[in-house]
Amino acid sequence: MQAATAAESLRLIRADVNRRKVLDQVFVVVGLLVMFSALLVLAVLFIDLVQKGAPRLNLEFLSQFPSRKAERAGILSAWVGTSLIMLTTAAITMPIGVAAAIYLEEYAPKNWFTAIIEINVTNLAGVPSIIYGLLALGLFVYQFNLGQSILTAGLTLSLLILPIVIVATREALRSVPRPIREAAYALGATRWEVTAHHVMPYSMGGILTGMIIGLSRAIGETAPLITIGALSFIAFLPESPFKGEFPFLSFAWLKDAFTAMPIQMFNWVSRPDPKFQVNAAAAGAILLGMTLLMNGIAIWLRFRFRKRINW
Amino acid sequence: MQTGITGPEATTRQAPPNQSVDGRLATPRPTIDVGRGAAAAGEDAIVKSRAENLSFYYGTVQALKNLNIEMREKRVTALIGPSGCGKTTFLRCFNRMHDLTPGTRYEGRIMLYPDDFDLVAKGVDPIEVRMRIGMVFQKPNPFPKSIFENVAYGLRVRGLRSSARVEEEVEKALRRAAIWDEVKDRLDSSGLSLSGGQQQRLCIARALATNPEILLFDEPTSALDPIATARIEELIAELRDQVTVIIVTHNMQQAARVSDYTAFMYLGELIEFDNTSKLFTNPSKKATEDYITGRYG
Repeated sequence: MQAATAAESLRLIRADVNRRKVLDQVFVVVGLLVMFSALLVLAVLFIDLVQKGAPRLNLEFLSQFPSRKAERAGILSAWVGTSLIMLTTAAITMPIGVAAAIYLEEYAPKNWFTAIIEINVTNLAGVPSIIYGLLALGLFVYQFNLGQSILTAGLTLSLLILPIVIVATREALRSVPRPIREAAYALGATRWEVTAHHVMPYSMGGILTGMIIGLSRAIGETAPLITIGALSFIAFLPESPFKGEFPFLSFAWLKDAFTAMPIQMFNWVSRPDPKFQVNAAAAGAILLGMTLLMNGIAIWLRFRFRKRINW
Repeated sequence: MQTGITGPEATTRQAPPNQSVDGRLATPRPTIDVGRGAAAAGEDAIVKSRAENLSFYYGTVQALKNLNIEMREKRVTALIGPSGCGKTTFLRCFNRMHDLTPGTRYEGRIMLYPDDFDLVAKGVDPIEVRMRIGMVFQKPNPFPKSIFENVAYGLRVRGLRSSARVEEEVEKALRRAAIWDEVKDRLDSSGLSLSGGQQQRLCIARALATNPEILLFDEPTSALDPIATARIEELIAELRDQVTVIIVTHNMQQAARVSDYTAFMYLGELIEFDNTSKLFTNPSKKATEDYITGRYG
């Protein structure tokens, strides 16, 4: 009798647990479905681009200037332009974004003024990119007379991704545990020493990840670049950053006109000749590849920094 | 903590074999009469620090009420009391840790001797205070840097550049913290690669490296297993002759084992302060007796 009751209650418990675990399984299935459909869309897109652009995916495509003849047109000026713009954007965004985040996170007193700044920074992340383009056209191109240059493009895209970088950097800084900061303060460190010797190095993985995610966003932006007057047909390269004589580095390229990958693509897509569609697909595949590469670097960096630091 | 601490337990201390419990009384240290009235307990040690009418506020909440207590030089003073009694709050006044939290306020004074220096005075920079008073935290919190750099950090902040001197000081600190033998072959590996107890001893070495005048321990063994705890307690006993120690503990046996003096706090007030053996065997206040016999807390 006793044994029978025990077996009965065991059976009931099992039935109950199994019933409740169904929900667990359902969620796993739904999660996998959602995840794979997102991945599938990306994969299909990428494969489609590669397939369509296959005839042009070669070194020649990378080393030729645009041309009126589709089979002779390449993306040399576009990828060089995009690379230089990304370099400029990174060089402008990194110090400003990280400094702003450090100030807001470590230094700013918590009052209504910083609260307003915080809300604004978050809101700026949601402003449509064309608005930044219009701002840049008025401010950088006409007011500061920087022209339709790589520098203008870099400044514009910096504005665009600063909110992203600031938010991501603050998140990274906040992940440094309070006891670690307290340990440094307890040894007599100043606020700047705590920030520079501890908080910043320990959150570098997160800071760089935020930076690269911001740049991945910027690399595909077309609207603000068109607004500031990027050209779509450029058959020359910006001045080389490297020089034979002292000081070996030149920044003249900052003032040069430019085109960029998404603009080149946009231009080709809008042409009636179907041969240009092949070029557009090939350029799209390369642009997507560049973005994936950047994200890959972000993941690798996070992994590398995380390996050393596990709280 | 269900059974109260009775006399024999309280006086059983893990002391070096040649030293009895009250060995210090048998071989008295030279006394300097500094004219601040030695000890309530009639001991002969010099006063290192004295809280005078110290009150502390988190915003409008008063966490410490008018504390008056003396910390004696090169002795271990334990702060005990139930959770929320203010013992950690009090401890963190000594290195002005509260200054990191906006909206906190000190009233009264904490004098540091021999130079009559008020730690909590308005014009005193907390960084200056923390240069003189070290702290070991509740959870081991080594920096995610090498073992060597962990200990060297305080020295580097103080501007010590000579690598020979830094190495010398780091070794000395690691030896004082009884961890040198365990880490001497792996000074370059991460401080986080050590076990919890080793990490805590590394943190003690880090605090000792800068030769603090007072070393604060905030429940240093609450995150450790009994064996690691015993090693930390031994270490505190060894440090007794080198540095003034204030230790917060929720473990009354630990207070009885490691400290010379014990302060019992309750609801932000100091209820009783006495020789550890006196306080645990013959408390003068009913509240103290109730707490150490486990009637509440």
